[in-house]
Amino acid sequence: MIDARLYLLQRLTAIAMLPLIATHLILMIFAINGGLTAEEILGRTQGSIGWALFYGSFVLFAAVHGAIGFRTILYEWFIPNSLVCSIASIALLITLIGLGLRAVYAVTL
Amino acid sequence: MMMKHRSHPLWKAFVVHRISGLALALFLPIHFIVLGLVLEGAESLNSALRFSELPFVKAAEVLLVLLLAIHLLGGIRILILELTQLTWDQRALSRSAFGLSVAIAGIFLWSAV
Repeated sequence: MIDARLYLLQRLTAIAMLPLIATHLILMIFAINGGLTAEEILGRTQGSIGWALFYGSFVLFAAVHGAIGFRTILYEWFIPNSLVCSIASIALLITLIGLGLRAVYAVTL
Repeated sequence: MMMKHRSHPLWKAFVVHRISGLALALFLPIHFIVLGLVLEGAESLNSALRFSELPFVKAAEVLLVLLLAIHLLGGIRILILELTQLTWDQRALSRSAFGLSVAIAGIFLWSAV
C-alpha cells in the first residue's frame, strides 16, 4: 500500500515539476551567457515573492521525488531491506528540504 | 544467463533514467550549499562562481544539464507510456528524448563559453 502511494506521489511530483524544470533549463541557458555573478543572481531573485514561491515549491517537489526514487533504487539495486531504505530516503528528504529551503531563503528574501 | 534484454534500447533508457536521477539527487545538496553561501555575503558566492569558471567544473555543469534534460525528457516518455492511451513507438521516443537532451546540453555549452 505504501509503495503504491509513493509510486503515485512520485508521478504527481514529476508532473508538477515539468514546467519548473523547463523554466529552470531555459533560465540557465540565458543566465550562464557572459558568466554568472552573485549580484546578477540576486538582482533577479532578491525580494521576489514570485521566485521564492517558484523555487520553494521546486525544492519541495524535487525533494519528495528524489527521495522516493532514491528509496526505490537503493532497495532494488543495493539493499533489499525496506526499513533501511526508508530511513535512508527520509534522511535524504530532510537534507534536501533543509538545504533547499535555506538556499531559497538566501537568494530570495 | 539470459542477459539479452540488457541490449534493448528501452532497458538502456530505464538505466539511464535511474542513474541520471540518482546523480541529480546527490548533486542537489551541493547546489543548495553553494547558493546558501549568500548568507555569508555575496562575495562568498562569487568565490564559488569563479571556481565554476574552471574548465573541468564547466564540463561538469554541462554534464549536469545533460542529465537534467535526459531525466526530464525520459520522464515525459514514461508519463506518456504509463498515464495515456497513446501507442507511440517507445524506442523512437526514447532516441528522440536523448537526441534533444544532447542538443539542449550543446546549447548550454555554446551559451556558457
